[in-house]
Parts: sequence; structure tokens; C-alpha cells
Amino acid sequence: MQGYAFDIAHMLAGGLVLVSFMMIYQDRLYALLNTFALQAVLLALAVAWQAYIQSAHHLYASAALALVFKGMIVPWALHRVVQRLGIHREVETVAGVVPTMLAGMGLVALSILLMLQLTQSAESAIAREDLAFALSVILLGMLMMITRRNAVSQVVGFMSLENGLILAAAAAQGMPLVVEISVAFSVLIAMIVIGVFLFRIRERFDSVDLEALDEFRGERR
Amino acid sequence: MTGDTALSAVLILPVAAAALLALLPGYRISAWVNVVASLATFLAAASLLVLARPEAGDYLRVDDVNIVFIVLNTFVGFTAAFFSASYIGHELEIGRVTPANLRFYHAMYQIMMFGMNLALVSNNIGLMWVAIELATLTTVLMVGLYRTHEALEAAWKYFILGSVGIALALFGTILVYVAAQPVLGEGMPAMVWSNLIGAAAQLDSAMLNVAFVFLLVGYGTKVGLAPFHAWLPDAHAEGPTPISAVLSGLLLNVALYAVLRFKLLMTANEAAVAPGPLMIGLGLLSLIFAAFMLYRRRDIKRLFAYSSIEHMGIIVFAFGIGGPLANFAGLLHMVMHSLTKSAIFFAVGNVTQIKGTQKLSEIRGLTQSHPALGWGLVLAVLSIAGMPPSGVFMSEFLVVTTSFARMPVLALILVFGLILAFGALLLRLTGVAFGTPSEPNAPMHGSLAPLWLHLALVYLIGLHMPQAMVDWFQTVAAILG
Repeated sequence: MQGYAFDIAHMLAGGLVLVSFMMIYQDRLYALLNTFALQAVLLALAVAWQAYIQSAHHLYASAALALVFKGMIVPWALHRVVQRLGIHREVETVAGVVPTMLAGMGLVALSILLMLQLTQSAESAIAREDLAFALSVILLGMLMMITRRNAVSQVVGFMSLENGLILAAAAAQGMPLVVEISVAFSVLIAMIVIGVFLFRIRERFDSVDLEALDEFRGERR
Repeated sequence: MTGDTALSAVLILPVAAAALLALLPGYRISAWVNVVASLATFLAAASLLVLARPEAGDYLRVDDVNIVFIVLNTFVGFTAAFFSASYIGHELEIGRVTPANLRFYHAMYQIMMFGMNLALVSNNIGLMWVAIELATLTTVLMVGLYRTHEALEAAWKYFILGSVGIALALFGTILVYVAAQPVLGEGMPAMVWSNLIGAAAQLDSAMLNVAFVFLLVGYGTKVGLAPFHAWLPDAHAEGPTPISAVLSGLLLNVALYAVLRFKLLMTANEAAVAPGPLMIGLGLLSLIFAAFMLYRRRDIKRLFAYSSIEHMGIIVFAFGIGGPLANFAGLLHMVMHSLTKSAIFFAVGNVTQIKGTQKLSEIRGLTQSHPALGWGLVLAVLSIAGMPPSGVFMSEFLVVTTSFARMPVLALILVFGLILAFGALLLRLTGVAFGTPSEPNAPMHGSLAPLWLHLALVYLIGLHMPQAMVDWFQTVAAILG
């Protein structure tokens, strides 16, 4: 039973990292949103599996939240945002797929080396693996936020980062407040999505137009 | 009234007030309800000083470390609400906000106060994280209140950077739990602060090291330490001025308090890496960076936002050095900076309303056109620049002398940064305060009472610090180690 529990947890957590990599090279927004929905479903499965093997029933709530909110509502809402903003045809100029993928691999190697080293004393192998994978997902999410210019893909990057956090929280044996933290994060994400929707934020604010930048700083001479 | 009641009041009053304010139409009434609620919260917090301390539970705790921060937090919350009540009406008249926005603003103000109070009294690292997230969210909404292009951009930037910051802080929090779980057992006990600090020596030190890095970067983003400070100047400049005062005076302190809590945990574990050098490095970097940036500012609110980064740098440096004297100085500086910087923003709010601009080059001769405001600003800026006899001088003097005694080379860098910032602030101050007054000169609406009240406190403490305060600082400085 123990080996079997471990294998499935390992597969689901590894799947999250894999989907993170898939997100890095999506250059169309609809495809990116679909990939994100896939990650959210995987997260829901991973958390539900943790709930089952730890007999921690409150984690089912987190899993359900991930499935319904992040797997369905948010991708759907962002689909509509993208449609409204008329950016669904745009191809993003990501900073080169190959260097980004290489950087991503470096980050995964780093987090696995770091976390496996750290958790040598931890009794649960599942917690060890999941923490390493969770840190990888977090770092890949950050990488995505850095390499993208479009506000919607930055939001997706942030949400993927947050998937990593929920995975880590669920894997930490018996951690309390996980549900509360998932809810807090959901509120945060809902607000980000509403923000993008209401304020029609299309791009990050690093325009190369120096005049626009000056105005933004409110410091034109 | 018992301590338990007072503690509940500190948390329940803001929530009840927020619910009431969300229902009340009419900004005049809500503005004063906001003031009364903030005053009541302050009185409840102040009563904690004399009443018997409530017993620490799984979630809440009042101890030597947080009590003065709670009192300071609610006090500045009250004076800022008072200032806001006299200030915000004019913003409505000139059409920068709508009545619906104001209703939202007042309700959010109380929720923000609730978030910060909760973060300060929490005895649980998970709860503290949720509270700081709540405070971040509400301040984001306030920063974007004016709905201008710049305000929305500033709010967005703050939102994204703040979210990444608190996400990293959460990962650090999870790692602390993972380190504590084998020692304290599964479930809630391993997240309770009093248990963690009691068992600190047995926690896995390698795990704590990594956790602290995440926590320092995560909460450090909220403190505004360079190089994670990018959100801070925009958020200060584009939001309503009472919120700039609260951001600088309170929210940065709350985030710093969270860092201090975890620093305490690190020092209690002997095998863990010393948190000092990391904090010293970040502190000095923030100080020097902000000091240089001060010279290039052309916007009055941005100028003082960078000054906040500078002072956060000094405080983190002081705590990084550690030891009773440096910790004493750091704590004193936190209190003094909070009072002085919010006073400065109260003055700046009036200045921008009078002149209709935030540009430094278009503001001149305030001491002639508006003596009470102009001289108030002069005294406040002299204080923040570290001139005697203000309380800021005392704390900076303590930081400098301790670091000269213990790390002379770093002390040189510190003094260089201090002088640099001093020069920049004085340069800007002479332009703003003296000379021929610039036009226009609209009548002043905002109250000057909070400004002068804060100034009186800062200079009185600088001249003679009450014994009770000295005792408290010494106790906490000893705890911080």
C-alpha cells in the first residue's frame, strides 16, 4: 500500500511540473489557458490523493476548490477577458523558448537538489518529493511571470506559482489552515481576474516608449 | 473590562465598523464614524497596556514584543482617520473620487486596520500570513481608488509584486511547519508561535535556514527593501494621501514585525545560520540605494516614499547588527519613523491640495504662504533627516555608535548613506519651504492637528523618553537577542 500511495503521489506531483513546462512554451493565450486548466485539475487530483492517504478530510475541500474555481471558473473568465480585449490572436514574443526551457530545467534541478538535501531527515518520502516538486512549480511560475509581457499570461504565471504552494501545503503532513489559505488565495486570484477584466490591462508596464514611462512616474520635467 | 475583552475589541471593532460603513450612505457621516471607530479601537488597544494580559491561545497572543506595535498601529490609524475626515471631502469636491468610491474607501479603511491588528496579535504563523495578505489586498484597492491610469498601474504593480512576495512568504511558512512537525506533532500546535519559540532549539536548522530566506524575501518585499521595493514609490504617490501615511507608517512596520518574529526563531536555534548578515546586507543596500534615488525625485510624495525605503533599510540594518543596544535603536526607530513619516504625509496631503500638484518644482515658499503648515513640514522633514532633538536623531545616533563599536567598516557605509539622504532631503526642503510662494494658493482643508500632535510626540520623546518606554524597549531588545 505504501509503495502504491507513493507512486501515485509522485506521478501527480511530477505531472504538475510537466504541465508547468508545457505552459512555458505556449505562445497563444487560449492554449495557455487550457494548459493552466489542466494543471488545476491535476492539482485537484494530487490534493485529493493526499487527503485520501493522510485521511485528512479537510483537504478534499481544497481539492474541490482547485477543481471548480481554478480548473473551471477562472479559465472560463479569462477566456472571456481575452475575447473582450481582442488579444486572442496575438502571438506573444516570449524571450526565446529554448533559453527559457533551459532556465526552467536549471530551476527544477536546483529545487530538487535543495529540497531533497534538506528533507533527508523527514520520515515521509511523499512529503520530500512533493516539496521538491512544489518548489519547482513555484520557480517555474515565477519564470513565466518574468518572461511574459501580457498581463493575462502574468496572471496565469502567478496562479501556477500558487498551485505549487497549495501542493506544498497539502503535502506537509497534517498542516492546519490549508483550506483557509486556499480560500485566501482564491479571493486574491478572483480580484486579479476582476482587475484585468475591469481595467482592461493588456500589457505589463515596461513600455519602451520613454515618454509614457516618464508620465507614469509622474515625474516629467 | 478584562484583557480578553480588550483584545477582542481591537479585532471586532474594525470589522463591525466596516460593515456599518459599507451600509452608510453619505461621506460626511461615514468619515466621522470611521474616526470614532478608530478612536475606540485605539482606546481598547491602549487599555491592553494596563489590563492583565489575556492568555495566549492557538490563534491570538499579546506579549511584550507586540503590545507597543498594536498601540502604535491603532494610534496612527486613528490620527490618519482624523486627517482623512478633513481631507477627503475636498477630493470629492474637485472630482477625484465619487461618493460611491468614498463609501468603499471608508469600509476598506477599517478592514485594512483589522488585517494589520490581526497580523500583530496573531500567535499563529498561518493566521499571520492570512492577515498580512488581507491587509495587502485592501491597500491595493485603496491605492487604485482614483481610477486614473497612473493609479491603476500603480495598484497593479503593487498587486503583482505584493502577491509574489506573500506567496514566497507562504512557502517559508510551510517550511517552518515542516521543520516543526516532527518535534511538535502534526496539526495546529506546530504552527503556534509560543510552541515554536519554545522548541526552537530542536527544530531542523537546515530547513529553518531555507525557510528564513523565503520569509525574508517574501515579507521583505512588503517592507520595501531594495531590490524588492519597486511597488513602493508608485503605491505611495498615486493613492490617496491618508493611505500613503498608513502605508509608510503602519504597513511597512507590520511586515517588518513579521520578519522580526522569524528572526527571533532563527536566533533561538543555535545551529541555524545567523540571520544578521543577510539583514545587514539588505538594509545597507536599501539605505544607499534610496539615498541616491532621493536626489532624482521630482514628485513630493515619491520623495518621501524613497525616504521610507531608506529608513526601513536603517531599521533592518540595526536589527541585523543585533545585541541589546542596536535592537533598542531599531525598535525606537520603528516607532519614530512611523510617527514622523505619517506626519509628513499629513502635511504633504495639505500641500498637494493647496497647490494642486505633486511636482516639487511647482511648490515653493510654503512657510510664507501657510506658516503653520510650512513650519510643520520643516520640523517634520528635519526630524526624518535625523536632526536633534527629534527622536529619530536619538535612534540613528544609537545605531551609528553601536555599529562603530562593533563593525567600523559597515558603520562608515551607514554614515555615508545617512549624510547622503540628509543632504537630499534638505535640498528639497529649502525649495519647498522657502522663497517666494508659488501660485495657486487654494484654501487649506485638511486638519493640521494630527501633524502637530505627531511632531509634539516625536520631539518630546527625543528630549526626554518616558521611563516606561525605555523599560519596554530594553525588555524587547533583550528578547530579540
